[in-house]
Amino acid sequence: MHKARSSKIRTVAAHAILIAYTAIALFPVVLIVVNSFKTRQAIFRSPLSLPDSETFSLIGYQTVFAQGNFAHYFQSSLIVTMASLFLVLLFGAMAAFALAEYRFRANALMGLYLAIGIMIPIRLGTVAILEMMVASRLVNTLAALVLVYTAQGLPLAIFILSEFMKQVSDDLKNAGRIDGFSEYTIFFRLVLPLVRPAMATVAVFTMIPIWNDLWFPLILAPAEATKTITLGAQVFIGQFVTNWNAVLSTLSLAVVPVLVLYLIFSRQLIRGITSGAVK
Amino acid sequence: MARRSSRKRPIRWHIGVFLAPATVIYTAVMILPLLGTLHLALFREVDREQVFVGLDNFSTLLGDPRWSASFWNAFRNNIWFFVIHMLVQNPVGILLAAVLSSPRLRLRTFYRTAIFVPTILSFVIVGFTWKLILSPLWGIAPYFLDFVGLKSLFAPWLGKEQYALTTLSLISVWQFVGIPMMLIYAALLSIPDGVLEAAEIDGITGMSQFWRIKLPLILPSIGIISILTFIGNFNAFDLVYTSQGAMAAPNFSTDILGTFLYRTFFGFQLQLGDPHMGAAIASMMFLIILSGVCFYLVAVQRRLVRYQF
Repeated sequence: MHKARSSKIRTVAAHAILIAYTAIALFPVVLIVVNSFKTRQAIFRSPLSLPDSETFSLIGYQTVFAQGNFAHYFQSSLIVTMASLFLVLLFGAMAAFALAEYRFRANALMGLYLAIGIMIPIRLGTVAILEMMVASRLVNTLAALVLVYTAQGLPLAIFILSEFMKQVSDDLKNAGRIDGFSEYTIFFRLVLPLVRPAMATVAVFTMIPIWNDLWFPLILAPAEATKTITLGAQVFIGQFVTNWNAVLSTLSLAVVPVLVLYLIFSRQLIRGITSGAVK
Repeated sequence: MARRSSRKRPIRWHIGVFLAPATVIYTAVMILPLLGTLHLALFREVDREQVFVGLDNFSTLLGDPRWSASFWNAFRNNIWFFVIHMLVQNPVGILLAAVLSSPRLRLRTFYRTAIFVPTILSFVIVGFTWKLILSPLWGIAPYFLDFVGLKSLFAPWLGKEQYALTTLSLISVWQFVGIPMMLIYAALLSIPDGVLEAAEIDGITGMSQFWRIKLPLILPSIGIISILTFIGNFNAFDLVYTSQGAMAAPNFSTDILGTFLYRTFFGFQLQLGDPHMGAAIASMMFLIILSGVCFYLVAVQRRLVRYQF
């Protein structure tokens, strides 16, 4: 009897803590999105109420679409993120396979060398990266960003993927070898499909920082033609500081794509984190 | 697996093929630029020519009163930024993870997903959103303080020198609390049920179970989180830049090493950018992060006891 009551109290307390923190986490985002659909007056007069028929307005979004180049920024972000992601996953998986599968001299050394990048942020090489991109005429191209993000994503991808690849059964690979498969076929046809969940985890970990990065777009590709959505939003908001409708709409537009991607992939992400790769 | 004899075998080209693309890109775009930065820091531009000056840039940075004042200001602010994260972000993350991992909790997935949402947002969104919320113009923050009868406490926190840095740190904590929560949650889930059942049989439950059984078992994860926080904080830039600008308003009170590096490298207002001094600052950051990581590996990680089940 006593025990049942105390566990009930504990459950209520647990929910109270979690609900309180969930409110703290979501409130700012909800506030921005809700107010982006209101008239300017309503934003200031009753910021906490939902838009009704009187206060509903899309004026902010109209301004954004009339003046900002958002579809284009969005496209740049999408190209950069997808291309970097593809290269990180392909090259990362290949290198991880080599480290996990074969015994060769310098294996441990290679592993260590490729892991340095997990600890030292690539941003500290910016000065030299910019010089290099200027020299190779890659400034203001999306290729420059793709190269940088690929290098940035590889170390962690290799580290996580090689842990997973060590778990793929040797019998399977040896059966493949007996059947006369080349090492490439074994990798692409047997091993890659088996580590798909790990690939999804790495994909999410790699994608979020790339999509959200402000530093490298600002430095390597600030031109109008190559602006990413994060940089575009930053610049646009800077110009429209006093136009609250436009600012709130821009913020909402920048939130929604990431939020949708997150909700699609969140299960993978959480499974990846909790499956032991980081323990 | 039995060790295969590698002597009689032909060269295994495929190993090279598998490793080459990643190694080439990583070396060319990451390792060489990092070394290049260290190299650049040893030169200075005199009459449009690069002259080797040894450690002169570093002695300017630390010795020249103007430079050293900015550098130490940014360094102190960065330490405070890190201290707030360690004191607020990690304990809150651990608390949330502990609550989240309590048995038979309903809506677990919902809470977990929701609390992680700020972490996926970009600094641009986070910075501006909080700037608006804390703005006295909009009045959201004073409204809530009024709700609990504390309206007199309201101040434009981001605009006041004495509060701005702490406020920014707390915003950053709000954004990143999901990461320690997830990692600790994972660590807590991996504690075998047998250990907890044994504790319960011995009468150790609830809070004391957390302090005496679970906490020692998750210490290695807390160590990893601390070092990740350290690396992230000493590399931070975006949040300050988006909400306070490159000048780290008000009056450089929110300047951290990342914004200092950006200003030095690209110049601001009338001062021209200086890649060599920028490289010197980046090298200092490199040294700081490296010594933090080494300290962790040598002094902390080796003392952590890992339990295997």
